[in-house]
Amino acid sequence: MLNRKRKRVKLILLGLTLLIVSAVLIGYAMKDGIEFFKSPSEIVRDPPAFGKRFRIGGLVSFNSVKVLNDGSVSFQITDNSSAIEVHFSGVLPDLFAENQGVIASGTLKNENLFFADEVLAKHDENYMPKELVDSLKERGVYVGPIEK
Amino acid sequence: MLIEIAHVSLILTLMLSLIQFSIPLIGAKHGWINWMKLSDTTAFLQFVLTCFGFFILMRAFIISDFTVKLVALNSHTMKPLIYKITGTWGNHEGSMLLWILILNFYGFLITIFGTRLPAELKCRVLSVQGLISAAFLGFLLFTSNPFARELAPPIDGNGLNPVLQDLGLAFHPPFLYLGYVGLSVTFSFAVAALLQGKIDSSWARWVRPWALSAWMFLTVGIALGSYWAYYELGWGGWWFWDPVENASFMPWLASTALLHSAAVVEKRNTLKSWTILLSILAFSFSLVGTFIVRSGVLTSVHAFASDPSRGVYLLIIVFLFILFALSLYAARFSSIKSVNQFAFFSRESGLVLNNLLLSVAALIVFIGTLWPLIVETLFNEKISVGAPFFELAFTPFIILLALLLPIGIILPWKRGKVANLKSNLLTVAILSVISGSAVWSFQTGGRILAPIGASLSVWIVLGSLFDIVKRIKLFEVTLLNSLKRLTKLPRGDLGRFVAHMGFGLMIFGVSAVSAWEIEDIRVAKLNEPYQVEDYTIQLTQVSEFAKFNYITRQGVILVKIGDDIITTLFPEKRFYPIQITSTTEASIHSNIFRDIYVVLGDNKSQDFWVVRTYIKPFILWIWLGASMIALGGIISLTDRRYRLAMFM
Repeated sequence: MLNRKRKRVKLILLGLTLLIVSAVLIGYAMKDGIEFFKSPSEIVRDPPAFGKRFRIGGLVSFNSVKVLNDGSVSFQITDNSSAIEVHFSGVLPDLFAENQGVIASGTLKNENLFFADEVLAKHDENYMPKELVDSLKERGVYVGPIEK
Repeated sequence: MLIEIAHVSLILTLMLSLIQFSIPLIGAKHGWINWMKLSDTTAFLQFVLTCFGFFILMRAFIISDFTVKLVALNSHTMKPLIYKITGTWGNHEGSMLLWILILNFYGFLITIFGTRLPAELKCRVLSVQGLISAAFLGFLLFTSNPFARELAPPIDGNGLNPVLQDLGLAFHPPFLYLGYVGLSVTFSFAVAALLQGKIDSSWARWVRPWALSAWMFLTVGIALGSYWAYYELGWGGWWFWDPVENASFMPWLASTALLHSAAVVEKRNTLKSWTILLSILAFSFSLVGTFIVRSGVLTSVHAFASDPSRGVYLLIIVFLFILFALSLYAARFSSIKSVNQFAFFSRESGLVLNNLLLSVAALIVFIGTLWPLIVETLFNEKISVGAPFFELAFTPFIILLALLLPIGIILPWKRGKVANLKSNLLTVAILSVISGSAVWSFQTGGRILAPIGASLSVWIVLGSLFDIVKRIKLFEVTLLNSLKRLTKLPRGDLGRFVAHMGFGLMIFGVSAVSAWEIEDIRVAKLNEPYQVEDYTIQLTQVSEFAKFNYITRQGVILVKIGDDIITTLFPEKRFYPIQITSTTEASIHSNIFRDIYVVLGDNKSQDFWVVRTYIKPFILWIWLGASMIALGGIISLTDRRYRLAMFM
């Protein structure tokens, strides 16, 4: 019986060790793995450190999408009061379009230029990323899905 | 009229599910056989009625009956027939109906394959299934009725989303649901066992086939989804740690752990209470996953339009089920006694470690997935948790798991000897270190990941092979005799071998592609070749033509090594005029050594086009490995002892 208990204690200790290791790893990974969400106005008001990863969300400005010489794409993300220029060298999502909601994640190169390595757009006609809806609502420029 | 009948049939199903939950449970308590027998009938009727409802909805999609609101919103007369059919579950209401259909399908299967089960256990299992069915039917009927009518039916319908018109996308949800919802059966078995207070190795023998099939379908569903993302999203990623992917991955990790711990209960009649807990947790993860996907609370590339009232209802269901099951577990915990003991060096210990590692891995995915919700609720700050988090926090545990695997399979039950272990695995260990170093010296620069992955892969593959070679006495007896032994091996062991080999190959694929992939983006001039690694890429032509419901702009890209033409690729950009959207279609040349993946972008002028080229070494091994893992599950399912437990 004593042996049984000892074994159980051993197992529990092992489980605890693993949990502690995972907690430490989680804490450590959170430092790099987390991205904050900001709107263009927030960035202009209080620019994050250059090189720190975060997400920016808003609408793609009308007539702002251009293909650059190196094959990457440039466009502006706006929340109708400020705008940030975004450069992106990946493949734009299929539902990416001007005047549509978009979220880009990456780092700030200088105060007005954002280098994105991922761009999310709407997945279907009615869907918009939640952060974006909230942020657009705050600024009063949100137009809900059209009731069909 | 048919639509209203279908609606009524679902309401009837709800009634039936409530009967199935209550009457047999009371019957089981008092030993009233007739009350208990009722559940067979109700389970059958539930299945038939849900089928009827589902197929009427599908019919509405096929004939484009736009007087049904759901069809009007999500279908279109111009859609190809196959996508009209798959469109039935390509939306919130329809996919919930599919969820319930599969749940009731499993209920029906329990009545068929459960004839050998003790009557009390079976009717309790079906009773829990009835409760789950009732909760989700309530959710469907009260918040997401698929049969609501449209008063002003449109002529063509509104749903022609071209991104959703894809076979891989259309067919992975049914597989995922067969997996997700299949775990409800093990959940019900666990709750029923707790209600009865009796768990033994025959319980594990009944549960394990259900866990195996659910796990197998989940594997297929996740692999299909990942392959779809790979070829469809256009940048060659295959796993994004997206909330919706994680939602399917958590139950997969938990059910993988469950399979292993149920093996211990089956063979050694110990580790029982942990196995019960895992059965509960696996389905709880399924429920949490359903909540994440269906409520749209987390930003995801998969998310659909969401409605808060649905989220709240789902959250309540999920919370109540988990709370109920865990409290029952806590109350009955002390009555589950595991009698058999095992030494520290034993198969049992190996499997305990496997379970601990898989559970911690699932926990990490869980925390990473829900963290944005927690932070937003507590601090009102919007964040997202990306791939770097998961790669850093999750990978170490999988590496440990891989290190342990060959040791675990070679250890005997009850008690093993360290000396035996050494003599058996030393060669395998040396070989894997050698292959890792070979990869290390072969690559110039590159990440440390590739040599580690190669070593682990060889370690698992050779370790599994070694076990089998020893079992069939290859080289010890004649070859013919060995083959005979191979066919005589229990299917369960053979399945285990195949699945573990698959895991080994997959590890290599994952580490190779993350360490060695090459990406090239440039503005290419027509007919002017350029080099990407060893490959000469040449865009020879771009032409436009009209197809069924889209216009395509297709590039012709010649891929050569030196003067040998390897392949011609045809990446496309499609434009769907009705929806005013376009989609990117990558063109891929696959073999077991590498994929060449090209995407055609926009044009700068007539002769200058953006072309993206990715060389992805060994990426096919990821899905090859996943298929072998699923295949291993199928082979194990045919094991004689499960057939005996079911039918005789």
